[in-house]
Amino acid sequence: MAQDPKDQPLKVTPLHSAHLALGARMVPFAGYEMPVQYTEGVLKEHLWTREHAGLFDVSHMGQARLRGVAPLSAFEEIVPGDFINLKPGKQKYSVLLNRQGGIIDDLMAGRPDNDGLFVVVNGACKDNDFKVIENELAGQVVIERLEHRALLALQGPEAAAVFQHYAPEAASMVFMDVRVMTVFGVDLIVSRSGYTGEDGYEISVPAAVADDVWCVLLSDHRVKPIGLGARDSLRLEAGLPLYGHDLDETTSPIEGDLAFAVNKNRREQRDFPGAARIVAELVDKPARMRVALKVLEGAPAREGAEIADFDGNVIGVVTSGGFSPTLKQGIALGFVPPADAAPGTQLKVIVRGKPQACEVVKAPFVPHRYVRKLS
Amino acid sequence: MRFTKDHEWVEVDGDVATVGITAYAAEQLGDVVFVETPDVGKTFKAGDGFAVVESVKAASDVYAPISGEVIEANGALGDAPETVNAAPEAAGWFAKLKVANPAEVEALMDRHAYEAYLATL
Repeated sequence: MAQDPKDQPLKVTPLHSAHLALGARMVPFAGYEMPVQYTEGVLKEHLWTREHAGLFDVSHMGQARLRGVAPLSAFEEIVPGDFINLKPGKQKYSVLLNRQGGIIDDLMAGRPDNDGLFVVVNGACKDNDFKVIENELAGQVVIERLEHRALLALQGPEAAAVFQHYAPEAASMVFMDVRVMTVFGVDLIVSRSGYTGEDGYEISVPAAVADDVWCVLLSDHRVKPIGLGARDSLRLEAGLPLYGHDLDETTSPIEGDLAFAVNKNRREQRDFPGAARIVAELVDKPARMRVALKVLEGAPAREGAEIADFDGNVIGVVTSGGFSPTLKQGIALGFVPPADAAPGTQLKVIVRGKPQACEVVKAPFVPHRYVRKLS
Repeated sequence: MRFTKDHEWVEVDGDVATVGITAYAAEQLGDVVFVETPDVGKTFKAGDGFAVVESVKAASDVYAPISGEVIEANGALGDAPETVNAAPEAAGWFAKLKVANPAEVEALMDRHAYEAYLATL
């Protein structure tokens, strides 16, 4: 579930004292005390990541191994992606679906080796996700939660050069490759991916050495620590949805503009939860679509702001939004009817009672810079 | 200069009060990216939300520290909201109010009292 369990004591990641030593401002997030920003602040951290390399602690996220006789085909019972044909060394973005075709969580699942599937899910959802997987796939997969591992993300145009200095074999990876490798004398699970729109790596590291790896990476002058505030503004510029805001249990992957995660063979097989609804929405269009909006005047539009047409009829709502440090204007994700979802459509967004001009644009707001092939 | 517990400041000259947010507030907010100043001619009671200041992360209300009518808003913040961070207690002022009740100003904290208050936070 997406809400913070406010009545429980906050958990900490293996890097908690490292954050405090760096002067981080700590906030509750997903049941953890996490750094929202360091001393330079969200704006500078955001721009540094776009220009150099940012290091993020995302150890609150849920990491697990799913093992079984046929874990890939079992996994297809709860997600709409083609996992049976997923090659070793590759990972995919996918969504965990409920029986109505609504999204329980979004996730990454990959094959770093031949030891089943390695999955990474959202921190706020992880307990429920693993319960759902356990219930739905009882007898088919065994879940090992990797609670003894931290997760770091190194993101930005200089991230690859920084990491490859320590891990030369990571140089042969492209976007969405995932591998196990021995670096710093320990086994890492490394993927060339992230959630900022930049090139970079996500690095799963044993908790006992997380602090050492963090410090080694930070010792490079191209790397600065980046908090959750900039992580959110970076993912928003990249046009990527945030679970619990842009996606929830009522949102289908088609409404959520995630049709790419419903693979062609799966559409034909119609053998995933909510397949009837999802296939129908692919043909007839859903009731609402997630769109990217540029705010053309006035204040940034944030979560909850209503979206209206030019006659003033409310047609939708902003699900996440804010100020883009790169574009220096308001940007937002929200839901509108398909008839109003085409890029170029002029709409209004209502901020504190005032209608402001906005325009539907093609996501991302800031171009992705994933490395899809090696030069 | 007088201060509120919500971290606004007031500087009175005759019957005109210049209002802004304190250096502490600006530091807490982080980089200011947008300021919505009040419309000239509008009247506020002390404690009313009268402006909005936004960082990358969030929008925060600014409350009228005293009652009065807005006679001028700081239009320069439209193009340069970062002035609120650079000079929060000077060029980063938000608006000027015609003071409705001078006793409200007297009731606010002086700098010494405000600094003592900050030390408790």
